[in-house]
Amino acid sequence: MGFDAKRSLGTANKGWYELFSRGPRDWLRHNEKIREAVRAHLPEIIAGPDVITRPSDRAIRVPVRFLEHSRFRLRRSEEQVRAGQGAKGQVKPGDVLVRDLGEGRSRGAGSGEGGFQFLLELKIDDIIDWLWEELQLPRLKPKPGTVLAHDEFVREGWDRRGVRSRLDRRRTVKEAIKRRSVQPDGPDFANEDLRFRQLSRRRRPATRAVVFFAMDVSSSMGEEDRKLAKTFFFWALQGLRRQYIQLDTVFIAHTSIAWEFSEEQFFQVTAEGGTQASSVFKLVLDVYQSRFDLHRYNGYLFYASDGDNFIADRGPAAAALSELTGLMNFIGYVETGSLQKQVLHSETGRLFDSLVRRGLGVGSYPLGGYEDVWPAIKGLFQHQASTDTS
Amino acid sequence: MEEDTLRGYLGRLEDMARSLGLDFYPVEFEVVPPSFMMEVAVYGLPVRMAHWSFGVRYIYELVQHRMGHSRIFEVVFPGNPSQAYMSNTNSLQENTLVVAHVLGHADFAKNNLSFKTARDQIGHRIVEQAAVHAHQIEQSISEHGVKDVEEVLDAALALEQHIDNSKSLRRPLFAKYIKSQPLLSKNEFKERFTNLPGESAPTLLKPKYRRALIPPHPEYDLLWFVAHYAPELDDWERDIFLAVREESFYFHPLFCCNIMNEGWASYWHARLLREANFLPDEEYVDAMKTHSDVVRPFAGEHEVALALNPYHLGFSLWDKIIEEQGLDNARKIMQEEEDTGFVRNYLDADMAKKLGLFMYTAKRGGEINVEEWDIDALHEAILRPKYNFGTPRVYISELQTDGTVVLRQDHLFDGRGLDTHSARKVLGYISKVWRRPVLLYTVNAQGQEEALRADTN
Repeated sequence: MGFDAKRSLGTANKGWYELFSRGPRDWLRHNEKIREAVRAHLPEIIAGPDVITRPSDRAIRVPVRFLEHSRFRLRRSEEQVRAGQGAKGQVKPGDVLVRDLGEGRSRGAGSGEGGFQFLLELKIDDIIDWLWEELQLPRLKPKPGTVLAHDEFVREGWDRRGVRSRLDRRRTVKEAIKRRSVQPDGPDFANEDLRFRQLSRRRRPATRAVVFFAMDVSSSMGEEDRKLAKTFFFWALQGLRRQYIQLDTVFIAHTSIAWEFSEEQFFQVTAEGGTQASSVFKLVLDVYQSRFDLHRYNGYLFYASDGDNFIADRGPAAAALSELTGLMNFIGYVETGSLQKQVLHSETGRLFDSLVRRGLGVGSYPLGGYEDVWPAIKGLFQHQASTDTS
Repeated sequence: MEEDTLRGYLGRLEDMARSLGLDFYPVEFEVVPPSFMMEVAVYGLPVRMAHWSFGVRYIYELVQHRMGHSRIFEVVFPGNPSQAYMSNTNSLQENTLVVAHVLGHADFAKNNLSFKTARDQIGHRIVEQAAVHAHQIEQSISEHGVKDVEEVLDAALALEQHIDNSKSLRRPLFAKYIKSQPLLSKNEFKERFTNLPGESAPTLLKPKYRRALIPPHPEYDLLWFVAHYAPELDDWERDIFLAVREESFYFHPLFCCNIMNEGWASYWHARLLREANFLPDEEYVDAMKTHSDVVRPFAGEHEVALALNPYHLGFSLWDKIIEEQGLDNARKIMQEEEDTGFVRNYLDADMAKKLGLFMYTAKRGGEINVEEWDIDALHEAILRPKYNFGTPRVYISELQTDGTVVLRQDHLFDGRGLDTHSARKVLGYISKVWRRPVLLYTVNAQGQEEALRADTN
C-alpha cells in the first residue's frame, strides 16, 4: 500500500522550474500581434492630434486594449440573476447592494477582461519605416550636383613623418613589435617605427539640412488649423530626418511682422493683427543666409496659413518667395481649413500655385481635416522624389 | 529542516488517509517557485501549447497576484500517479494543509464517476500528453510558421468547451451511405394505377444505398466535427484540433465537479489535520488558520460576497452530509454526483439560510437588488454558469453540398441569443480553417431568428 515518501516529495535541484517562462513568452507574442494590428491602422492612429505630444520625443505612445480571444457567449441580458452569500442577518430580500464588495474569490479569468488598457510605445523610426512601406513612398536620393558639397578633411593613411599630435600610437607599437621580432637586440622604439596619421581633403555632399517651419498666427488661424499644421509639420520633419544626418529646425510665426520662436512656444503663440506673408519669407531668407552656410545646408521651408494675405502684400511676397525658391531645395505650402481640394483660391494659395505651375521646387497641400494629412505627406515626398530624379 | 519535516508528515498523513477510507493513486509532490504555480494556474496544465490568449490571462493573473488578490496554494493533476505542486514560499503549516488537501483531491479524482469516465478515455498521464501536444505544435510552428498555426489555434481554442463528452473521445465517423428506403411506399392508388390496362410498373434503377445526411443529428462536438469534416484541413491542423479536444475532455470533470471536489478536499484537510496527533499544537493552529482563510466565504474585511466560494459551499455541504448520513453514504454521493446533482439534492432551504445565501438580480446599470428566493430558484442561480461546460449550446445542423457548414444555437435551452460581436469573431476564426462559408443561426434581442455568416476571402 504505502509507497516511498522520499520519492514522492521532489524538491532537490529543481532550480530549473524558475526557467519556465511560457506566460511571458505568450504575452510577448500577444504584444507582437498588437503591434501588427497597430501597424495596419497606423495612418489612422497617428493622424490624430493627441498622439504627437512633443515632436522631439523619439517614441510615441498609443493606448491600446488587450486583444480578446472571442468565444461564443450569450447576449448580455438586462438583468442577471446570481447567488451571493452574506454573514448572518447582513442581507435581507429587498436590500439594495452596492458593488465594490469584491467579487468573491471566484477563480479563473476575471469578468472584467478586455477592460484593461495599456500604452504601447512605438519608436518614431519604426513608424516612419512602416509608413514608407505602407504608403509606398520613394526613398529620397541625395541631391545631384556639386553646389551642395563641401570640403572635409578625412583621415586617410599613414606616413613616417608628421606632426607629433597625429602620432598613431597603436600603429607605432605594432611597427616596433614587428621590427623587434627580427631584431631582438634592437631598441624598444626607433624613429622608423613612428607612424603618423594623414589627413586628406575630400569633397562631400552636404548631409545637413535646415527646415524652416513658418506659420500664420493671425487671429484667423484657429486652434484646429494649428493642430493640423502641426501634424503635417511633424511628419514632414520625420520624413526628412531619414535623409539627412543632421537636421536643424527654425520656427517662425508671423502676422504682419515675423518672429522666431522656440519649438514649444511656436505652437502656442497667438497674435492679433493682419497677415503679411512677405514678412515671413524675408525673415526666412535673412536667417538662412546669415546663420547657415548655404553650401553645406539643404534648405526646406514649410509654411502653413489659412490663405489670407493683404492684397497690397502680393508684390513683395511674390518677390521674396521667388528669391527663396532659388535657394531652397523645396518649399511646401499647407493651407488649412481648405474645403476646395483641388484648386486653392485664396490669396496665398494663388501665389504658390503660380510657382507650382512654373515647375519650381514648390508644392501646395490643402488640409481640410486629419484625413488629408496622409495624402499630403504622400504627395510631398512623391513630388520630392520626382524632382530629385528629373 | 522544513522539507524533511514535511516529508515526514506526508507519509503519516497518507497512512492516516488510507486508514480513514480514502482511496487514491500515488501522488507525486513537487515544491516549486510561485511563478511556476501561477503559470500552471493560467494554462491549466504544467506544459501546454503556446497561444497568445494565455499571455493575456497570464498578465491578468500577474496583476492580481501582485495586488495580493489571489494566492495559489496548490495545484494537482489527477492521474496515476497524480501530480501535485505546492509553492516554496508557503510556510510549513500551509504546505502541511496543502498535502492533506491534495490527498482529498486524489481520492475524489480516483473515485468520482465523471473523473473516471474522463480517465478511461484520455488515460492516466494528461500532464505528459499535454506536453506532447505542446511539442507537436512547436514542431508545426517551425514547419508552417507561427501565423498559420495561430489561426488554427484561434479556432480550436475558441471552441474549447464545445465537446460532447457523452460520446467517446475516439468516436467513429458518421456513415457515409445509408440503405435507401423505397421511394414510394406501396399503396392502394399505386396498385390500381399500375393495374390499368397498358400501364406497367416503372422500372426504376434504385440505388441500394444513398448518401447520408451529415450530420445525421445535431452535432454538439464542434471540435470533433471540424477536425473530421472540414473540407480542406491538413493533417497537422487536424492534430491541433484533436489535441485541444483531448485536453477539453480532461478539463470537463474539473469544471463540472468544482464545488464537490474543492469541498471534499477541504473537508479532508480539516479532518486529517484535526486527527493528526503527531502535529505540534502550534502548527495545527496555524494550519487551521489557513484552512479558515481558504474556506472563508467573503473576501478581505467584507461580510457580503456577490459570488460563492466553492470551497466554502462544498465544505459546508460535505460536513453536513457526513454528519447526518455517515461517511459511507457520503462516499457514494461523491462517487456518483456532479455539481448540478450535488447542489440540487443536498443544498436544502435550511442549509441555505444557515449559510446566509441569497439571490440577487444585477441590472446593467449596476444596481443590485436582493430578491426573495425559493430553494429551486436559488439552485438555478448557483448552477446557471455551470451548464454545458459554461458555454452556450451551439451545434452543427447541416453540411451543405457546397461545403457551407450551418451552425445553430439552441436558444430555447440557453434562454436567449448569442452576443453577435463575439459570435462573428468566432465565425471568422472557424472560417479560416473551414475554408468554406460558415453560417450561424441565433436569435436577436426580440427573439427573431438572425443569421450570421462568415465567408472566406
